[in-house]
Amino acid sequence: MGTSVFYLVAFLSIFFSLMVIFAKNPVHSVLYLIVTFFTFTVHYILLNAQFLAVVNFIVYMGAIMVLFLFVLMLLNLNTDNEPLKSVLVKVVGIIGGCCLVVTLIGSLKATAASDPLILVNPNLGLVKNLGKELFGPFMLPFELSSILLLTAMVGAVLLTKKEKV
Amino acid sequence: MDISFVIEKFILVAIIFGISLVIAMYSTYAERKVAAFLQDRLGPDRAGPFGMLQPLADGLKMFMKEEIVPTNSNKMLFMVGPGLAMLTACIGTAVIPWGSDITIGDRVIALQVTDINVGLLYIFGVVSLGVYGVMIGGWASNNKYSLLSAIRAASQNISYEVSMGLSIIALLMVTNTMSLKEIVEQQHGWHWNVLYQPLGFLLFIICSFAETNRAPFDLPECETELIGGYHTEYSSMKLGFYLFAEYINMFVSATVMATLYFGGYNYPGMDWVLLHTGPVIGPLIGTAVLFAKIFAFIFFFMWVRWTIPRFRYDQLMHLGWKTLIPLAIANIVITGLVIAIVEKF
Repeated sequence: MGTSVFYLVAFLSIFFSLMVIFAKNPVHSVLYLIVTFFTFTVHYILLNAQFLAVVNFIVYMGAIMVLFLFVLMLLNLNTDNEPLKSVLVKVVGIIGGCCLVVTLIGSLKATAASDPLILVNPNLGLVKNLGKELFGPFMLPFELSSILLLTAMVGAVLLTKKEKV
Repeated sequence: MDISFVIEKFILVAIIFGISLVIAMYSTYAERKVAAFLQDRLGPDRAGPFGMLQPLADGLKMFMKEEIVPTNSNKMLFMVGPGLAMLTACIGTAVIPWGSDITIGDRVIALQVTDINVGLLYIFGVVSLGVYGVMIGGWASNNKYSLLSAIRAASQNISYEVSMGLSIIALLMVTNTMSLKEIVEQQHGWHWNVLYQPLGFLLFIICSFAETNRAPFDLPECETELIGGYHTEYSSMKLGFYLFAEYINMFVSATVMATLYFGGYNYPGMDWVLLHTGPVIGPLIGTAVLFAKIFAFIFFFMWVRWTIPRFRYDQLMHLGWKTLIPLAIANIVITGLVIAIVEKF
């Protein structure tokens, strides 16, 4: 039961992420990306990581994608005003993409197949346990990443501030 | 998982869904009656006794109207918009505890669809999804006014979500749990969270007004500036869905406020009542008390609508970012200090 649900959701994740690329309308792309994030939320629930699931739901689906959609709607991109790309750029793009695929496949082949992952503590993803882990053994990385976010935030505010003449 | 459990949950879901729809339907009636009362008028009184059948007449009218899809709209998303608005409005009630457990014979029935460990965050997540219905509908209409309204709705929701989240953090510091069932159980009798978090509650209720697009924060539906709002191009039941979703949202946020801050189904003297009425009637009285609180909040929503004028857009942003967020952060700091001092002594 669990495995078949996983394969179904994994198929949906890949399907919708491909749709993100193939959709011609940028707003459709963003909507497909939202569905892709939703399938990720389901993956987290399957792993019993409830907190991560709901945070993924709030932050990615509820906040970041709203902003994406917001910007796209304001820009109102469509095929009419999209700048035409020259043949040279297209060829370079194809070659670059192929190189990336070859590198990725090569590096994947080099790694050994991993052992099936067994969760030591299946309740690790519940809020209390996750909090204890984050503020215990992983205190320093956690605080450092929060400083990183704060820096980005201050930077963004600074960029939008008009210079005083 | 036995079959009776599944049936029990299905019945509960059906009842809650039905109740949300009926309450949303009669909220439209109540809104007119409250407006009439506040403006010293009579309000709807033609359809049925006291105009009680007015919502049915309105619903029938909505269904009978011609359905118009604008030529240059994005057809698919134009259809999806109202459906999404209804969906996100309805799924919020899944984690609300409607009453304490009912015991019939040796079977214990929980009056809650599911008690997940992150219930509070789930509500918050559903609230943050609510804006998609508006945004998609507004964009797909291919109308400048609808688009402006959708963008207003999105930026308003994002801004007020921040202070809503911060006011919830202060509440979490008091309750130490995110399960709504446990939060309600902690408020047994009269130990309501509003007594411990008055500022948090004030912030939460202001943000709820903004998240449900109710006056004085109803800028996405500001007729004088935007013709109609994000639903300018909609007709028939699709428009009905948008209006309906708004009333369901109001019901859900009234429920959440009653649950988080006003003790849910708890009331002073409930132990005595529970002892004297037995294990079936007792919890149902609690549920009735919860609904009384919900109706009080819904009345408050309407009262405010006819009392406070609409904000200007820059005032809205100013209030959200420069007043509410600093207040919410101060609330967290004060709550933390008080908890530290209480634990120390």
